[in-house]
Amino acid sequence: MAIKSQEERAISAEEDIILVRNSVKRVTALLNFSLVNQTKIISAASELARNTLEHGKGGRAIIQLVNDPDRVGIRLTFEDHGPGIADINRALEDGFTTTRGMGLGLGGARRLMDEFVIESKENDGTTVSVTKWIEKS
Amino acid sequence: MTSETVVALSKLISEFKAEILSEWIDHQLKDPARSQSVPEASIRTNSAEFIKLFEVAAAKGNLVDISKPEWEEVQHMLSELSATRAVQGSTPTDTAKFIFSLKQPLFNRLNTAHGQTTSEAAKSVWELSLLLDKLGLHTTEAFQRTRESVIRRQQKEMMEMSTPVIKIWEGVLAVPLIGTLDSARTQIVMEALLQKIVDTGSKIAILDITGVPTVDTQTAQHLMKTVAATRLMGAECIISGIRPQIAQTIVHLGIDINDIVTKATMADAIKEALYRGGWVFERQLDSASISR
Amino acid sequence: MERIPILKFGDILLVTIQVDFHDRIALALQEDLTEKIVNLSAKGVLIDISALEMVDSFMGRVLGNIAKTSRLLDCYAVLVGMQPAIAITITELGVTLTGIHTALTAEAGIDLLNDMIKSKSNGKVHAKRQVAKWR
Repeated sequence: MAIKSQEERAISAEEDIILVRNSVKRVTALLNFSLVNQTKIISAASELARNTLEHGKGGRAIIQLVNDPDRVGIRLTFEDHGPGIADINRALEDGFTTTRGMGLGLGGARRLMDEFVIESKENDGTTVSVTKWIEKS
Repeated sequence: MTSETVVALSKLISEFKAEILSEWIDHQLKDPARSQSVPEASIRTNSAEFIKLFEVAAAKGNLVDISKPEWEEVQHMLSELSATRAVQGSTPTDTAKFIFSLKQPLFNRLNTAHGQTTSEAAKSVWELSLLLDKLGLHTTEAFQRTRESVIRRQQKEMMEMSTPVIKIWEGVLAVPLIGTLDSARTQIVMEALLQKIVDTGSKIAILDITGVPTVDTQTAQHLMKTVAATRLMGAECIISGIRPQIAQTIVHLGIDINDIVTKATMADAIKEALYRGGWVFERQLDSASISR
Repeated sequence: MERIPILKFGDILLVTIQVDFHDRIALALQEDLTEKIVNLSAKGVLIDISALEMVDSFMGRVLGNIAKTSRLLDCYAVLVGMQPAIAITITELGVTLTGIHTALTAEAGIDLLNDMIKSKSNGKVHAKRQVAKWR
C-alpha cells in the first residue's frame, strides 16, 4: 500500500469537526466514491473526530489518500493523548458512552468503513484508523 | 551478484538482442502446447516490447530486486499483458511461459559468449534464471488479479441485475428479492429503493422475499435495516412472500418483527398498499371486455 | 451567535436546516424550539433537512430529543426531506430516531401534521407512525 497524499488537521474545538468533515469530503469526491459511500465516510469522520475532541480531549486527524495495485482508498487516522480506553471491546458496543453522543461513535464508524484498527492504552491516548476502498475499474 | 556479472549480462543482452528476440519468438511459436488464443502478431510485438524494456532495465545494474523503480516499466508491461491475455482466455501457465521461454535463448547466448569461464557462465545463468522466475511469477499474480476483478465486476453486475425496483401503482413500489440477501446486496437494494422512493414520491414499498431461499438472523437484520431506512425517508415497507418455513425460522430465531407489516403473498401486500392509499376496487361481473 | 430561524404558520412551526451546523447551533435550536412550542402553543413542528449532507449520531440525538420534547408538550414533530444516502448511513450507524415522524417532502409533512392534529382534536385514535426499532 502506498500513500499518495496526506493532510493533517488539529482537533481542539468544535469547529474543527466541521473542518475535518470538509477535508474528508474533498478527498472522497476526488476519489469518485458513490454518494452513499461519501456520506458514510464523512459521517464516520464526524463520529471519530467528536470522540477525539470529547473523549480524547483533542488531538489530530490525518487524512490520507492510499493506493494499492487494484484499488484506491481513503484512510483516516485520529490520534489523541487523552485518558485512553480501558476496555476497547466495551467501547465498541453500541450504547456505550462517556459523553453526550448516542454512544455509537466507535462501533458505528466501524460499520461504515471497510477497515478499522484501534489502539489505546489507559492514560496514554487512543489512535483509531479507518479505511474505505474503491476498486479501480 | 557481482557488478561485473551484471555489466557482462546487460552488455550481452544489448549486443545480441536481435538474435535473442528472433530465437525467443521462434521458440514461442513452435511450442506445441501454444494457446491459440494469442495471435502470432501479438507474440511478436509483445516480445519485441519486452526485450526493449528489459534491456533498459537491466542496464541500470540491478538484476535482483524487481520491486525497484527501474523495473517499474517492465512490471507494468507484464501486468498489462497478463490482463489482456486473461481477458482473451489464456491460462496463467500460458502467460508465465511467455517469460520462461526467454530462458533458453538467453542461456544459449551466455554459453556461446566469449571471455567467460564456465563458473562465471553458470553463475550468470543462475542469476538470470532467478530474475526471470520473479518476472514470470509477477505475470501469474497480475493474471490472478485481473481474473479476480472480472469476477468482482460480474458479481456486482449480477447483483444489480437481480434487484429491480418496480412502480406498480401510484405511490406504491415493489422489490422482488431473489437470491441470498447479504450485506453488499442489501446496500444495493436500499440505494435503489430509496432513490426510487424520491423519484416517484412513493409512500409504500413492498419487499417480496418469495425468492430468498433462507432467512437467518443476518438476513432478517438486513431486512430490518431496509425497513428502517425506508421509514426515515417517510415511506413504509410491507414484507411479503413469507413462506411457512421462513415464518417458523423467524419465530424460532426470536427475531422481533412486531413493528413490521408482513403479508403472506405479494397479492395481499398489493391489496393492503392500495387500501392504505384509499383505493377501492370493484369487480364488474357483467363486463365482457376481458374474456376468460 | 448564529441561530437557525423558526417560522410560524398557523399551528405549525417550520424549521429549515440549510447549513452544516455546529453542535452548539443544534443545541440552541433544541432550546429555541421548545420555547416557541410553549409560547406560541404550536401543535406541530416541521423540520426540513433536505439540504443536509450528513447526519451523525450527535445530530441524530438532537433530532430525537426535539421529537421527545415536542411530544411532552403535546406537539408533533415531523422530519422531512432526508436524503437516501443519509437514511442508509444513519441506519448503518445505528441511529434509530425512535418516536420521530417522517415524510418524504415538506408538503407531505404538512399533510401528515394536519392529519395528526385534526384526528387528535376530533378525539379519534389515530395510527401512530414510528420510525424503526430494529436492533
